Amino acid sequence: MRRAVGPLLGLALLLLPLTAIEPRAWLTLTVAGLAMGMLIFLVAAGLSLIFGLMDVLNFAHGALFAWGAYAGFTVILLVNGRWGWAASPSVLANAGLLLLAVAGAAVVAFVLGIALERVIVRPVYGQHLFQILITLGATIVLEELIRIVWGPNDQVMPVPTAFQGSWDVADVVVLRFPVLAIGLGVLVYAGMRWLLGRTRVGLIVRAGVENSEMVQVMGHDIHRYFTGVFAAGSALAGLGGLMWGMFNQSIRPSMGGEQLIFAFIVVIIGGLGSVTGSLVGALLVGLSYNYVAYLVPKAAIGVTMAIMVLVLLVRPTGLFGSGK
Amino acid sequence: MADLLELEGVHTDIGQHHILQGVSLRVRPDAVTVLLGRNGAGKTTTMRTIMGVLRPRRGAVRFDGRPIHELPPHAIARLGIGYVPEGQGIFATLTVEENLRVAMLAETADSRERMRDVLALFPDLERYRQARAGTLSGGQKQMLAIGRALVNPARLLLIDEPSKGLAPIVVEHLIGALQAMKRHATVVLVEQNFSMASRLGDECYVMDDGRTVHAGPMAALAADQTLKRKYLGI
Repeated sequence: MRRAVGPLLGLALLLLPLTAIEPRAWLTLTVAGLAMGMLIFLVAAGLSLIFGLMDVLNFAHGALFAWGAYAGFTVILLVNGRWGWAASPSVLANAGLLLLAVAGAAVVAFVLGIALERVIVRPVYGQHLFQILITLGATIVLEELIRIVWGPNDQVMPVPTAFQGSWDVADVVVLRFPVLAIGLGVLVYAGMRWLLGRTRVGLIVRAGVENSEMVQVMGHDIHRYFTGVFAAGSALAGLGGLMWGMFNQSIRPSMGGEQLIFAFIVVIIGGLGSVTGSLVGALLVGLSYNYVAYLVPKAAIGVTMAIMVLVLLVRPTGLFGSGK
Repeated sequence: MADLLELEGVHTDIGQHHILQGVSLRVRPDAVTVLLGRNGAGKTTTMRTIMGVLRPRRGAVRFDGRPIHELPPHAIARLGIGYVPEGQGIFATLTVEENLRVAMLAETADSRERMRDVLALFPDLERYRQARAGTLSGGQKQMLAIGRALVNPARLLLIDEPSKGLAPIVVEHLIGALQAMKRHATVVLVEQNFSMASRLGDECYVMDDGRTVHAGPMAALAADQTLKRKYLGI
């Protein structure tokens, strides 16, 4: 019975806006909110694991988000320039282009993540103030590098035709790209749950989130796991950046900073080191933001902050935090 | 027979504090060596220094004749040194079985066989195999902490205050388990419970203010009221 309370409460909160919003608009907003939530989840899940396992406050996570977006953007430009896959009527060509862009974004962010962890994060383990300063410094450097390579202005992100436009489902407009984003988010969540819950690497990472010193004295090289988690978290941020760029059809060098605020709110709401917490927190933020933005546009961010404050008051470790 | 573990003039700092101020000790194989001393004498710091969690500023730690004081903790563990820390260090959100599995250096048929032996040695752990370790009682958590050190073929086991906070009946069970462990590995035991220490120990070192101030057979210390009063206050 107690296990059903959470889902029932979630369902009640989901349906609550129906009292003020007309059903068709509610459905459109719900799809947009779920998509926004899933995209924030991609960024927040990595951030949460990095914070939970390594106790590292990584403010450069937002810059990796932007680098992922620009790397994917470059892949799309190159492939599209050569074969014209973005405007192709073939769904296969569109999907192939998207997969190449996803791979490009994830690989670039993964490699940057390894470099950041090895060069600037490793010397400041356990020193939060230095972590904040050095990762903020890295953010400035990485953003300036984007301006040097791609220019300071906004860029229009091409979206393959198969993922543009909308479906009309019983007179309700359902945008295609948000549905794709929701699907990708579900896939990533399932993959992370499998990796953390069903594999030995995941078992060691979960143990490390709780007590990294103990994992080390058991014979596991925690620094290898740290690097792996940091790089995987960075790849997720890069993937999130690409998808966010496609969602808005626009990218800019400072886009990561804006998203990082949402990601930190989600990590605090969900609880450090919890993937499920990140998902629930991200959906809560995505949905509430969209509903409130429709009803009282100026209060959208305020409500997100209010949810965070409320969760902190009721459960300071976050909804799914272990209390580390 | 050559010593399995040797500490020579080890100095260790924690932050600005100079905790170990020249600890020297030798652990012979197939014996239980007990570290005794008042709170704050440096016993736990000695264990953490051996495991590489704290790096000594000066001095040497040798295992089987090989210097290990510059190795990282995971490399030291892989030499065959198991560690049961003070406060157990169990992973509360993992199940009992997951706690045992994470302690394995690799999940092999041999390590799974060892896990079955551990579960046979501690039937409570078998009963709560799929329960979260955080829900176990203090004694069961201690069994789990010791069990984790047994799933690998350890040559040396470092056990820090296993009886702390446990009921006398649980301590008796623990003594039985530790006596079984003596047959498989050399043990270094930090223990405040003198009765338990004297029942298990073959050799002993008494520490005071970050130094070893007495070394000798455990039986001799147990019989010497003057020394016990001077260093242990009992």
